[in-house]
Amino acid sequence: MKRYSAFAIAREAASYHEGWEKAWASPEPKARYDVIVVGAGGHGLATAYYLGKNHGVRNVAVIEKGWLGGGNTGRNTTIIRSNYLQDPSAAIFEKARSLYDGLSQDLNYNVMFSPRGCLMLAQSEHEARGWKRTAAANVLQGIDTEYVDAKRVKEIVPIINIDGPRYPVLGALWQKRGGTARHDAVAWGYARACSAMGIDIIQQCEVTAVRQKAGKVTGIETTKGAIDCGKLAIVVAGHSGVLAEMAGFRLPIESVALQALVSEPIKPVIDTVVMANTVHGYMSQSDKGELVIGGGADGFNNYTQRGSFQHVEDTIRALIETFPIISRLKMLRQWGGIVDMTGDRSPILSKTPLGNCFINCGWGTGGFKAIPGSGWAMAELVAKGEPGPLAAEFGLDRFGAGRFVDESVAAGVAH
Amino acid sequence: MLVLTCPCCGAAAEETELAPGGEAHIARVGPGADAEAFEAYLFHRKNPKGVHFERWRHAHGCGKWFHAARNTVTLEVYGTYPAQTPEPPRELLDKIAARVPGFAWEGRA
Repeated sequence: MKRYSAFAIAREAASYHEGWEKAWASPEPKARYDVIVVGAGGHGLATAYYLGKNHGVRNVAVIEKGWLGGGNTGRNTTIIRSNYLQDPSAAIFEKARSLYDGLSQDLNYNVMFSPRGCLMLAQSEHEARGWKRTAAANVLQGIDTEYVDAKRVKEIVPIINIDGPRYPVLGALWQKRGGTARHDAVAWGYARACSAMGIDIIQQCEVTAVRQKAGKVTGIETTKGAIDCGKLAIVVAGHSGVLAEMAGFRLPIESVALQALVSEPIKPVIDTVVMANTVHGYMSQSDKGELVIGGGADGFNNYTQRGSFQHVEDTIRALIETFPIISRLKMLRQWGGIVDMTGDRSPILSKTPLGNCFINCGWGTGGFKAIPGSGWAMAELVAKGEPGPLAAEFGLDRFGAGRFVDESVAAGVAH
Repeated sequence: MLVLTCPCCGAAAEETELAPGGEAHIARVGPGADAEAFEAYLFHRKNPKGVHFERWRHAHGCGKWFHAARNTVTLEVYGTYPAQTPEPPRELLDKIAARVPGFAWEGRA
């Protein structure tokens, strides 16, 4: 792999930029791999990357039904933060956020991580109390957040209307080190780094069955033929239930559509991320000038990758009061992704009832920010066969044991 | 927008008028059931990519619960029926089987 650098640009300029190689190889599948990761989204690719980098497991294939990064990795609002209430969530999301800090250097690929700060608005007394509690919890967890009052919110985001009347801003939870990254670049960067380590990324290859013998996984059937494996990692977000059915178990997960939209590009008006959980709306401005807006999730099972129109209307109606400046903007695009929701709104990184088969799912509406930490923890689980400290609390057994990591209570809504 | 006909009041209700209630026909585990069965009853869901039987409430209408058969991929609604039944009506299952190749009612969860 040729390293990307300023020098490389100069060198390639000498040959009219015709010498750049493909960022990753597209090999045909081998007959057997030590580990097969199903799903070449951010989480799957990060899992493969850290398997190779941290654990020296490089006879790995990443199998993808469509194209890499074409699912939720390419459909989110790119927000990165780690201001969670519960200790296990804070640990894994902060691990992810701290890995994002140096990810461009680590991968030798510019993921455009922009720690521009993340404000989570308090728009009711309950929410204000909740965020104060989270800020206190974050102090104990060693995560840098603070509760700021409405006046400070107005200083950070001058275009915001804090007076209401429907949704007044009482304060906010402010995480300066939160921000955004280029979502596609995260997938592409991990893919390129995986490929450089000799990990095979096989796109346009759908898994059709999971083969097993004596309670252990032995391989998979795909549209490109059968492939044997020592271990199987299922990292497919919204389609986790489909893969779990092939492997012969059920999950405490339901898939719903979550949607987002972007406006036409305008000059810079907001240099931070603002989340308004009461109204299910969040907004930031991309480098191209588009306002990136996320909405609420549908309440019913849905595999369509498009959401209900009234959620767009609800989100926009609320955000227009909070940001009057956007009221005349045209919206350019709207899209949806299928998110896998667990009952406690926390992820699952776990062994499964099938031996040597592991699953990483349930990130629901907040998976993008977790990609590096999720891959890190999942790689450890797959390599060692047992969860490390980051994944320990996110096992499938927590539901039966009643040991929830209850972020649905902590966040109240999508997070 | 999803439109479901409420079998209780007969109104063709739009999605905004309704509250989704998740998978239908989940059999409650009996007394003396083990912890695993109770866990499955509480948490495990079919989450199918295809035909889904589900509960809805006509929240901003008559307020009653009812059941619907819907496709989670095409969003096609096959029909609605009262909640006071342990299984979907035969004619609805036949209608779905005619529309969806390979469909078979798996019984209660």
